[in-house]
Amino acid sequence: MNNTALTQIWVYLAASPLFGLTVTLVAYQIAHHVYARSGRNPLLNPVVTAVLLLIGLLLLTGISYQDYFAGAQFVHFLLGPATVALAIPLYRQFARLRQLWLPVLVALVLGVSIGGLSAVLIAGILGADSQTLLSLAPKSVTAPVAMGIAERIGGLPSLTAVLVVSTGVIGAVFGTKLFDWMGIQDDSVRGIAMGVAAHGIGTARAFQVSTEMGAFSGLAMALSAFLASVILPWIVSWVQ
Amino acid sequence: MSADFLFGITVLLIYQLVGEVITRLLQLPVPGPVIGMLLLFVSLFLHRNLEQRLDSASTSLLAHLSLLFVPAGVGVIVHFGRIGEQWLPILLALILGTLLTLAATALIMLGTSRLLGQQQKQNQGDQQEP
Repeated sequence: MNNTALTQIWVYLAASPLFGLTVTLVAYQIAHHVYARSGRNPLLNPVVTAVLLLIGLLLLTGISYQDYFAGAQFVHFLLGPATVALAIPLYRQFARLRQLWLPVLVALVLGVSIGGLSAVLIAGILGADSQTLLSLAPKSVTAPVAMGIAERIGGLPSLTAVLVVSTGVIGAVFGTKLFDWMGIQDDSVRGIAMGVAAHGIGTARAFQVSTEMGAFSGLAMALSAFLASVILPWIVSWVQ
Repeated sequence: MSADFLFGITVLLIYQLVGEVITRLLQLPVPGPVIGMLLLFVSLFLHRNLEQRLDSASTSLLAHLSLLFVPAGVGVIVHFGRIGEQWLPILLALILGTLLTLAATALIMLGTSRLLGQQQKQNQGDQQEP
């Protein structure tokens, strides 16, 4: 087969949305397979494996993130309807939630504040610049909301997206171990903490532990997104 | 694609769309999908059979929630420079900050529910002894 024909096909594919979309799904299939084969070892979180595979691929082929995202955006877009869908597990756990509404509310308000404040203070003391700090503040909030908050307080929304994903992975990898170590057994408490600290990626992990933990995590993620958009801009202006 | 799945996706998108319109009209600081979620939550109480009809779409979306974060995660590639320069503060803020938030939130919720539980018991005790 002649070389220019191959090059032409490659040039076409590299710029078409089909490429970004397909490699995202293939990378996730591989990552999920590895994760399942490992007996769901949290260290092999499928988000990390898939992201590393895709970064390797982009660096090897020289395809830009922009061209990649032209296809991957169709997956990214589903974050919206998935957020809306969280109403369903929330509805199913409503009876338990109603009994616990006051402890949940207190934990959410303080948890959101600690999440933002701890990130800004730790990075600030260690000398991060102000744009990095502002991008870090909403790191525990679900991606679409965090990016909106970052934009409003003067951070870099795309950097925030990366920090949000990293935070979620850290929560998903270490969260259940930390709770075991602390002797916290109650899945409603574990779920709330997971959702506040590690949003959707933590929630995905929580659903693997139990439906109850997942539902509470989803609830915490949704309500803390709400609270964060009010609390975080205020905290940031206060710290500055 | 089953009819229920298609119905479910349609409903979820309608709620997201309505949520987006509301946040923009009222200039709320909260993103559209979160408003959509709250509206759907209320609707589930008003239409009791809605839950079952949305089951197929919501289960498939939420079962692979992790996948939806992959495109944003790959975005790290654009910020290699900044992250390389400030890797230590970023790394420690992410790890320590997240562990602290997990532990503190769990302890606060446990503490508050124990406190309330005791109060409730005391109140019941007060009622029993006039």
